[in-house]
Amino acid sequence: MAAKTFPIEAGHIMMFARSVGDDNPVYYDAEAAKKTEAGGIIAPPTFVQSSAQFDPDYFLRPKVGQPWFGSGKNATGVVRTGGGGGGGGGGGLHAEQHYEYHRPLRAGDVLTATTFPGKTWEKEGRRSGKLVFSESVTEYRDQKGELVVTARGVGVRTERPVEQPAKKEEA
Amino acid sequence: MALSASKLRVGETHTARLVEDLKRTQIVQYAGASGDYNPLHTDEIFTTQVAGYPSVFAHGMLTMGMTGKMLTDYVGDARLTKYGVRFTSQVWPGDTLDATATVTEVADGVVKLDVSTKNQDGVEVLSGYAEARVDA
Repeated sequence: MAAKTFPIEAGHIMMFARSVGDDNPVYYDAEAAKKTEAGGIIAPPTFVQSSAQFDPDYFLRPKVGQPWFGSGKNATGVVRTGGGGGGGGGGGLHAEQHYEYHRPLRAGDVLTATTFPGKTWEKEGRRSGKLVFSESVTEYRDQKGELVVTARGVGVRTERPVEQPAKKEEA
Repeated sequence: MALSASKLRVGETHTARLVEDLKRTQIVQYAGASGDYNPLHTDEIFTTQVAGYPSVFAHGMLTMGMTGKMLTDYVGDARLTKYGVRFTSQVWPGDTLDATATVTEVADGVVKLDVSTKNQDGVEVLSGYAEARVDA
């Protein structure tokens, strides 16, 4: 992800917490949150993932005037070149995600994200052919330039879709 | 409520049901909130006919997010200092997930936890760790 501004908005936190099935008031009720140890609305642990919303070039979001690879009239809006399962539009799958929290992330913070590329490695997968792993580290700093969250993600591209283990019924 | 180091024992566990019969609508909800609109998670036609999977499946980060609720309910708000996972198997609509944190170490005001989330067949879908600040 390119360096960009990521405003931490209370409404966004509320929607994100709902989507992960978390009804803790510290994520949506300012009055209740004030009385907790957090002292106000904070973001759930994986919230920085939604910085994608503020990345103007994020490739897994349809954009005005550009082709999109999901279905419409046809099963895909884009003729794909090259193989590779799991990737749909070449996105690959998410293999690992690691966070370090330097302080709680609060509604009202404005973060800047800077991403550094990490290692790349290959492995032969049993269920999906050759696997290519690549790592990236993103530092989220606040309005004062202080580190709030460090995120390390590992993505994987597979040669073909991941084979599914036999269903229980067949066992 | 935060945990207290003096009451924690290595090997003790905390388990929570994350979701029962995961709905496609929740996956759509996560796509909208997180901004990850990959059709693999929301577009059955694309995913079955083009990508070659039996159905749409959940974002790994949805599983990590749901597992995060188990952790923050256990260790308290604003207490986590580290949380990391590997996605070990895909999560499908209809899955029921349970997550467990196991205490591996308590020292210097910090609890270390092993984290594991399994589906209704006992298959681990997420494997990881967390650390949190605890009271004395």
